[in-house]
Amino acid sequence: MCLAVPMKVVAIEEGTAICEVDGVRREGSLMMLDDVVIGDYVLLHAGFAIEKIDPEEAEKTIEIFREVLAAGILPE
Amino acid sequence: MKYASEFRDPQLAKGLLTAIAKEVADYPGTITLMEVCGTHTMSIYQHGIRSLLPPQIRLISGPGCPVCVTPIGYVDRAVAYARQDDVIIATFGDMVRVPGSSSSLLHEQASGAQIKIVYSPLDAVTLAEKNPEKKIIFLGVGFETTAPTIAGSMVEAKKRGLKNYFVLSAHKTMPTPMAALASDPELQVDGYICPAHVSAVIGADAYQPLVDQFKVPCVVTGFEPLDMLRGIQLLAQQVVAGRAEVENEYQRIVKPQGNSKAQALLAEVFEPCDATWRGIGDIPDSGLKISAAYAEFDAEQQLPVEVEEPIEHKGCLCGEILKGKVTPKQCPLFRKACTPEYPIGACMVSSEGTCAAEYKYGC
Repeated sequence: MCLAVPMKVVAIEEGTAICEVDGVRREGSLMMLDDVVIGDYVLLHAGFAIEKIDPEEAEKTIEIFREVLAAGILPE
Repeated sequence: MKYASEFRDPQLAKGLLTAIAKEVADYPGTITLMEVCGTHTMSIYQHGIRSLLPPQIRLISGPGCPVCVTPIGYVDRAVAYARQDDVIIATFGDMVRVPGSSSSLLHEQASGAQIKIVYSPLDAVTLAEKNPEKKIIFLGVGFETTAPTIAGSMVEAKKRGLKNYFVLSAHKTMPTPMAALASDPELQVDGYICPAHVSAVIGADAYQPLVDQFKVPCVVTGFEPLDMLRGIQLLAQQVVAGRAEVENEYQRIVKPQGNSKAQALLAEVFEPCDATWRGIGDIPDSGLKISAAYAEFDAEQQLPVEVEEPIEHKGCLCGEILKGKVTPKQCPLFRKACTPEYPIGACMVSSEGTCAAEYKYGC
């Protein structure tokens, strides 16, 4: 039930963000978020944007995965 | 899909798995990790994570499916409302098929009851606006991820001056049952995979009291396979080193303090209450009831209805499954009397229930 989808904000109208992923558009209420601008990625759950996605933190997490890969020896 | 596909890279998954296997290779016992979120349950099955992990790591599912932990009496009350001619029940899809004591909403719908499945609680508010002669009752089920959206629907209904929108609230809150399970002597949980989007609202720091009191490692992690594996790795590292801390793997979403606006919305519309968890029992301060300021939307207060005596189905082991004490395969009804087509227990009904996941993906 707690599934939420990362979507890109493509327009904002009266407290509602129009969000898009893979060509699908959904409205997300901005009741729970401040300072959302067009181009941000938000997490959409049950018609509400519940959090913004931090692009720097996302990149840092992926970097950790790459470091683990580099440190480990992969079985062939 | 940006911010999803990057976290599904098979090569990086192999790296994490190799690292995990190395790190636990000399560990003398079994490391039991519990997830308490239905979406984590699904992710573990969907990606076959159990079969990829070294034998030292055991994953069990806890009470993370909000539909599954909703008491049968709640379903009976929804059924009783559905039988009234002037009521439209609005709900997320999962609740419709949950068997009550003698009926289900799906069954009532076949008999003519008006049940509308909505994507957002705001759709239910619009439904109320379009049907002023009807009472719209939204089934408010969910943890802290979903509860603010339902709080938001009541704020919106108040703004629009609606008098025919109601919520039947059975919301539950998360860290509390984890403490109840951590203190259960029959259960040995070595670490918690903390829920991803519940934590987006309540914040990673919310698990600190659990760590302090029970010395149990807690790691917040996302739902993508690499997130899951990294979360498991961090937990295994803590167990092997004898540490117990809160760690947050999901920093792209989850902040230490969570989402303050969502928390404010919860505080405005709800107040904490004791709650009954199906299979677990009563847990103090583990639920949310509608506050006095929003009492006009509280179906339970505003719309009295006669409800049948709750009868649990005999032989169903959902209660034990929700505590992680038995697996679906150990239930005598699983795959026999109880299937997704004809579910007996809630764990088989909800698409995120442990039994439904085991039925679909297990072997």
